[in-house]
Amino acid sequence: MVMLPVERVVRYNLRERLVHAAAGISYVYLLLTGLAFWTPALYWLAIVLGGGYLSRMLHPWAGLVFSAVLLVMWASWRRDMKTTPADKEWRKHIVDYMTNKDEKVPPVGRFNYGQKQFFWLMVIAMWALVISGGVLWFVSSVPAGFAWLRDAAILVHSISALATIGLFIVHLYMGIAVVPGGLSAIVRGEVTREWARQHHSLWKTRP
Amino acid sequence: MSLEIVRSSASSSPAPGVRVEPQLVKLVDTSTCIGCKACEVACQEWNDLPPEPTTNSTNSYQTMPATTASFWNLIKFNEHEEDAGSLHWLMRKDQCMHCSEPGCLIACPAPGAIVQYANGIVDFQQDNCIGCGYCITGCPFDIPKFNTGTKRVYKCTLCVDRVSVGLQPACVKACPTSCLQFGTKEAMLEIAEKRVTQLKANGFAQAAVYDPPGVGGTGVVTVLAFGDRPELYGLPKDPVVPAAVRFWKGPLKWFGNVAMLGGIAVAAVHFMRYGRKEGHD
Repeated sequence: MVMLPVERVVRYNLRERLVHAAAGISYVYLLLTGLAFWTPALYWLAIVLGGGYLSRMLHPWAGLVFSAVLLVMWASWRRDMKTTPADKEWRKHIVDYMTNKDEKVPPVGRFNYGQKQFFWLMVIAMWALVISGGVLWFVSSVPAGFAWLRDAAILVHSISALATIGLFIVHLYMGIAVVPGGLSAIVRGEVTREWARQHHSLWKTRP
Repeated sequence: MSLEIVRSSASSSPAPGVRVEPQLVKLVDTSTCIGCKACEVACQEWNDLPPEPTTNSTNSYQTMPATTASFWNLIKFNEHEEDAGSLHWLMRKDQCMHCSEPGCLIACPAPGAIVQYANGIVDFQQDNCIGCGYCITGCPFDIPKFNTGTKRVYKCTLCVDRVSVGLQPACVKACPTSCLQFGTKEAMLEIAEKRVTQLKANGFAQAAVYDPPGVGGTGVVTVLAFGDRPELYGLPKDPVVPAAVRFWKGPLKWFGNVAMLGGIAVAAVHFMRYGRKEGHD
């Protein structure tokens, strides 16, 4: 029997994959060291990563890397991430999507509405984190008269970090466990034409 | 006298201390302070702290504008005109207040970097400090100071090394007017109340003891002639651990932990119920 060659299309080019990997690695470092500072029960994470002192020293720099990478990502994906009329139709069927009744889900382009929301919420949270994080980086230089600024920074930083953790759990779960081919697409960059038709039928793939 | 720890920062287990000891307290009677600064010198000498340059930016006798990472005891000089023509020179000892509920310790994320001993002394353990500065956020008295060289935080230890061997703090030892005294909280409050009564008889009707309940009382109690207005001395009127710090280390932490574990649990249950989408890899 002759196997027909499977036709593959490029979903993420190498540049997009590298940018995504840089965002992922810096985020995971920020997540682990941040969790170490969040609760004593997870302080061992900082120990494993070289100690609390080193973690405190590198966390802000990793934050700058993450923010810079996210800006690059924003520049290259922001047009693809705009909500379209097709997304509004998709949104009405989000429960069908979540319960895997994919035959009822309307067609979408390169990214679906959920992916777009994830992208924008991460960008917004990044700004909240980098601004509040800047205050916390130099918290000892904030004059006592501006105590409200320190207090606000602590709350904004922890609440927006928690928000990204919620998003991150969904993102990992969807990409690795739920959508077949999701992980290999972001690592190797290619999907089959069948995959593209099934998940993103309005996406204009190039051969 | 022991240095048993009754509270330790960022600890996932309760502190081991079981011994019951009286709280040891420094009494500062601002009405008998003559501003000689012997306590400042004694503090620098006993603690072997490097000399700090005097800066006259305050336009007064005050040594420098605020305490620093290597200057833990500063007499603050404030001038106050109560009635026209009656000038009061208010001197106050600025240092760590050794709160019974220390905001610094509550805010600290590094295990064992801030401890409270059974005798009430709040002490920084710089070897465990990670230099995040959250203690600065937790302190209502603006006391912990960051050393940019070591990137760690320092403050008055209440001479814990002297106290633990039965000596009084160096500043108390050096004070020539007995404006500074050291002993159990009970004994110090008794002396303080007696002094307040004297001050009231001398025309300072508002005289009071400063032992703010918002931080559970302090290990440094201060007699103020104008006790109704501690701000005149540069002391906060009703210091508390900042509400943001309380919220962050209390409800928000619980909510966050439950939400994170809940998120993972929901994903797992979703996978068991709905599983992987059908289709092509």
